[in-house]
Amino acid sequence: MNPSVDALRATFGTAIGRALESCGDTIVYVGRDALRDVMAWLRDTPEHTYDYLVDVTAVEYRDRERSLEVVYGLRSLARRADLRVKVELEPQGDLTVDSVVPLWRGADWLEREVYDMFGITFRGHPDLRRILMWETYAEGFPLRKDFPLRGRFSRAEQVRQALAAHPEAHYSMEELSIAEAYEELPADMKERLRRGERGTLPEPE
Amino acid sequence: MSKRTVELELATPGLDARGEPLRVPLGVAEPNLDAEHMLINIGPQHPATHGVLRLVVELDGETVVQVIPHLGYLHSGFEKLGEYRHYNQIIPLTDRTDYLSPMANNVGFALAAEKLMGITITPRCTVLRVIACEMSRIISHMVWLGTTSIDLGAFTPFLWAFQERERIYNLQEMWTGARLTTSVTRVGGLMADVPDDFVAGLRHFTRTFPKTLSEIDRVLTRNAVWVGRTQGVGVLTAGEAINHSLSGPMLRASGVAYDVRKDKPYLDYETYDFDVVVGEHGDVYDRYLVRLEECSQSNRILQQALDRLPDGPVNIADPRVILPPKSRAMNDMEAMIYHFKQVMEGVKAPVGEAYVGIENPKGELGTYLVSDGTAKPVRWRIRPPSFINLSALPRMAAGHLLSDLIAINASVDIVMGEVDR
Repeated sequence: MNPSVDALRATFGTAIGRALESCGDTIVYVGRDALRDVMAWLRDTPEHTYDYLVDVTAVEYRDRERSLEVVYGLRSLARRADLRVKVELEPQGDLTVDSVVPLWRGADWLEREVYDMFGITFRGHPDLRRILMWETYAEGFPLRKDFPLRGRFSRAEQVRQALAAHPEAHYSMEELSIAEAYEELPADMKERLRRGERGTLPEPE
Repeated sequence: MSKRTVELELATPGLDARGEPLRVPLGVAEPNLDAEHMLINIGPQHPATHGVLRLVVELDGETVVQVIPHLGYLHSGFEKLGEYRHYNQIIPLTDRTDYLSPMANNVGFALAAEKLMGITITPRCTVLRVIACEMSRIISHMVWLGTTSIDLGAFTPFLWAFQERERIYNLQEMWTGARLTTSVTRVGGLMADVPDDFVAGLRHFTRTFPKTLSEIDRVLTRNAVWVGRTQGVGVLTAGEAINHSLSGPMLRASGVAYDVRKDKPYLDYETYDFDVVVGEHGDVYDRYLVRLEECSQSNRILQQALDRLPDGPVNIADPRVILPPKSRAMNDMEAMIYHFKQVMEGVKAPVGEAYVGIENPKGELGTYLVSDGTAKPVRWRIRPPSFINLSALPRMAAGHLLSDLIAINASVDIVMGEVDR
């Protein structure tokens, strides 16, 4: 068992859940509210220095009773030690955790991917939008277990939507604001801009 | 502000008191274009983006203000598909992620599945997998070198690099029957042992390959255009590289001596004699130097692996994991039962989870497998090195010229099959 687990327990007490070992890797469960503090502590405490974020991902089990897990792989480059930190979330409940982007810039796209694939929201992420699927993707979150392998919409519906998409819809709101393309936008995108979605309205003439 | 001067065409004759053309510093006469930022779209169908990457670039004149990458044009849902496949059925999917180094991906997945199941592979298989990994590193770096030199205007190294890659592809074809989609590993072993003349062919390659490397070195390393286009471009410090979770040559070019082969050894890499190549400045030029030198280190490892290649079986002797030979399955009742159970039910993994990171050409390829005791993983996660390396692109490119953006993007060494998965 990784000695960092005992040090975590001594520092954070009940915020640290169970710890176990699987195939030689140590896994420690952390309460959702303490996540950011625990991560900052693990990164900055001299005898631990997990300075490298290997991966951020999530796991949903086939067993519906089990909670959804957000998995962080941490590594100390100097000590060559690994630690896997997990946060458990109720699949039907509030799927929100704190973002670790303020600690590691590398978490930016990784968290966006978890959001895209699992629908988990990262509080404090600077730019949380879909990354692999397109911005207006409406079928849900593909890696959730209730998502069918072939997608929610029929192939005919998918083709219809792809053909009906406005060419400007391939740009994000932010980009269209830079290009000052407001006047050429379709009505629904104008409406989204007006609702204050990323990007700015042009100054009235 | 540039120190160059230009001749101005004025409404007046444009001559000074002595009759010389008026010369003024560029900055003085430049019209104010601050407000006019331009948005340009590069890709997804653009040769310089190395696949279907789309970059939306905000430009101030020719200077990049910000880069907004758009991904997902090649998203195939491999991770989702993997949840519906047996462990051995996932291996063909790994070919198609980083399709420039398919053999190394096969090895990465097989190692993770074996860690999950607690399988120890045979000595011959271990060495052959090292050969597979290092061959992949060479072809991947050769593609990188060729395409990057084309991006920066040098055509000749491209031809040399692709010729070398072709020779490795011939060896891969000899071994697996496929050039690109090799699927060379199985859980617990390999899909086949190497054929008779493979070792001789690879020996010939390792003897002749250094000559091409030195030719490429001679034509690029001190080439004024190459140096001018790459030095000081896209710099990341060691701290930034770690903070961005970069791995592989991108991390080492910034001066961080981290190589999974040395620091968390797998496949007995600790017993091979090779150097970890580390850069100093973290710019495009250092990334080039690191990759070039890694090719000769891989060549060294290949030679050592060929020298020590032991005889013996490539597969473990466990009929629950390894398919019996077809002839036995047809003639022997017990073998037929094992064959049937493996094909119909698959290899069951115990409850648990395993993460294995291997040093792929692009960086650390992680395979994270979670099992609930059935023959299909609950979760198969690929830690995609080029996806994470690419996420530092907006940071590296801001403030550079548009043409430097091409050089920086090339230096990341992305392959979209893996970025989008």
